[in-house]
Amino acid sequence: MMAAPSTDTAATTASPASRVLSLIGHALPWLIAIGFYFVAGGSLSIGTQIMIWILFAMSLDLVLGYAGIVTLGHAAFFGVGAYAAGLFSIHFMSDPILGHIFAVVVSGVLGVISGALILHTTGVTFLMLTLATVSIIYEYGNQARWLTGGDDGLQGMKVGPIFGTFEFNIFGQTAYVYALVVLFIWFLISWRLVKSPFGRSLDGIRQNPRRMRAIGTPVWWRLLAIYGIAAAMAGSAGALLAHSTRFVGLSSLSLLTSGIVTVMLILGGTRKLYGAFIGAAIYYLVQDSTAKFSPYFWEFIVGGMLIATVLFLEGGLMDLGRIGRRFLARFQRSDAP
Amino acid sequence: MSETSTSALSVRGLNKSFGALVVAQDINIDLAPGARVGLIGPNGAGKTTFVNLLTGFLKPDSGTILLEGAPIQDMKPEMRVRRGLARTHQINTLLREDIVRDNVAIAIAERENYAWRMMRYTPQWRRCSEEAHALLRDMGIADVGDRQVRELPYGQQRLLEIAIALSLKPRVLLLDEPAAGVPAEEAHRIHDVLARLPSDIAILIIEHDMEVIFRFAKEIIVLLQGRVLTRGAPAKIAVDPEVRAVYLGRTVV
Repeated sequence: MMAAPSTDTAATTASPASRVLSLIGHALPWLIAIGFYFVAGGSLSIGTQIMIWILFAMSLDLVLGYAGIVTLGHAAFFGVGAYAAGLFSIHFMSDPILGHIFAVVVSGVLGVISGALILHTTGVTFLMLTLATVSIIYEYGNQARWLTGGDDGLQGMKVGPIFGTFEFNIFGQTAYVYALVVLFIWFLISWRLVKSPFGRSLDGIRQNPRRMRAIGTPVWWRLLAIYGIAAAMAGSAGALLAHSTRFVGLSSLSLLTSGIVTVMLILGGTRKLYGAFIGAAIYYLVQDSTAKFSPYFWEFIVGGMLIATVLFLEGGLMDLGRIGRRFLARFQRSDAP
Repeated sequence: MSETSTSALSVRGLNKSFGALVVAQDINIDLAPGARVGLIGPNGAGKTTFVNLLTGFLKPDSGTILLEGAPIQDMKPEMRVRRGLARTHQINTLLREDIVRDNVAIAIAERENYAWRMMRYTPQWRRCSEEAHALLRDMGIADVGDRQVRELPYGQQRLLEIAIALSLKPRVLLLDEPAAGVPAEEAHRIHDVLARLPSDIAILIIEHDMEVIFRFAKEIIVLLQGRVLTRGAPAKIAVDPEVRAVYLGRTVV
């Protein structure tokens, strides 16, 4: 029997100290999220909003980061998920869990259908078609006032208690925990997914589709699968938005929303999942804190940060951690006798 | 050439033209199981076109391609691979950001139909990694299994190309200039690997290095302007006046 090679060399060759460090790194965002619940007081809803955007950006990471599908239409699934959750609560039932599942299914199905129509193209053609997709759906949302309320937004949502017990209250505690749990579930799924043979094949398609075809990979089917999964996940973020605010605006379907979530992801760093956490949080916090001085000032700051990140940190703000760790490792080595 | 049914690969009357330019004209080729056939011809003779027709990146205008008796000319490239037709590329076509072992393991996962697994995959992926490691050891590059492909010397990248194709356990293997661009001091490693390829795989090799092709191939097919000019044992091809004329009086051996 030959010596089994390690499937994850980093984990087996890492020193105990760095393993502890990495464990802390993984626990940190969740500890912050749990801690925020107890200290936030009146600004808890900001945390809910940030987690919704994290989930949305993380779903974009699956298509844009891992599979290399450059899309500007991802807001279509976010918005459709939000409207689906909203309409479900108005016309069918107020139960948020069932409404959430409904939204995930609707946006996932929409992802598969629209993906099947456009994924045979690549590059600029594909980009234009995603743009067309989101524009068509936006315009439909605008015109179909009887269904969506048009540019007034969808009003009159009734959101019942979760599991029939936890009411959405004015302080937003239920919404916060609800968003945190949903985010955590999707994170676990994504974490497992990107390390799977399926996830590795997507990463291979991003790097070299010709190579993947030469080993027998059905490239189109793989891309369609992740497009549908990411659409369902974006729809889940949309459902969280609808349930936590009891309102769905037309802007959730807009091209600008696609742009914002892309900026968040690039800012935080693609292909790391946690990049979405950092990107969305920084974006939201910068927006929230600088908008007080001037309504345009925060766009200036975010734009500057994006330029600096793209120019100096290839892997987004997540690279700061890597650079810090390398610095620490050098410091430890020079410290050793 | 008589028993089509036992051929690993059988090409019948293959034609392809781009407008007025004929790139493949009535090509007939048979590879018996374990065959070692060399494909030579001057630049522009249609060698790479022929490989693209076999692998499915080009559609033939007419003709049939039988892989172990089954027609594959209408199949997509990835389906032909799944049926047992693998190739290496003239220019390295690798996952440069991945480590060497994963390049092979991903191909094995695809072969074993593990590549759709999203949630439960740990033992399967470990098996893929172990098999990849064993294959790399056979090829003499297990020591760089944990290195990123882009850090690898060119010659070892060529070996990895072959390793990936072999990991698919093909019935027919197309080697498109396996030693192209490899510095002389590393070339012997490629030659050793070629000599030790499994004897049950039918192999078609395209190569400009005549030394390699005359040592490796039991039969040589000479292609010129999309058609088969002549074919035969290496000793016969080496002295063929027509072949010599094609290569402009250059000594073939």
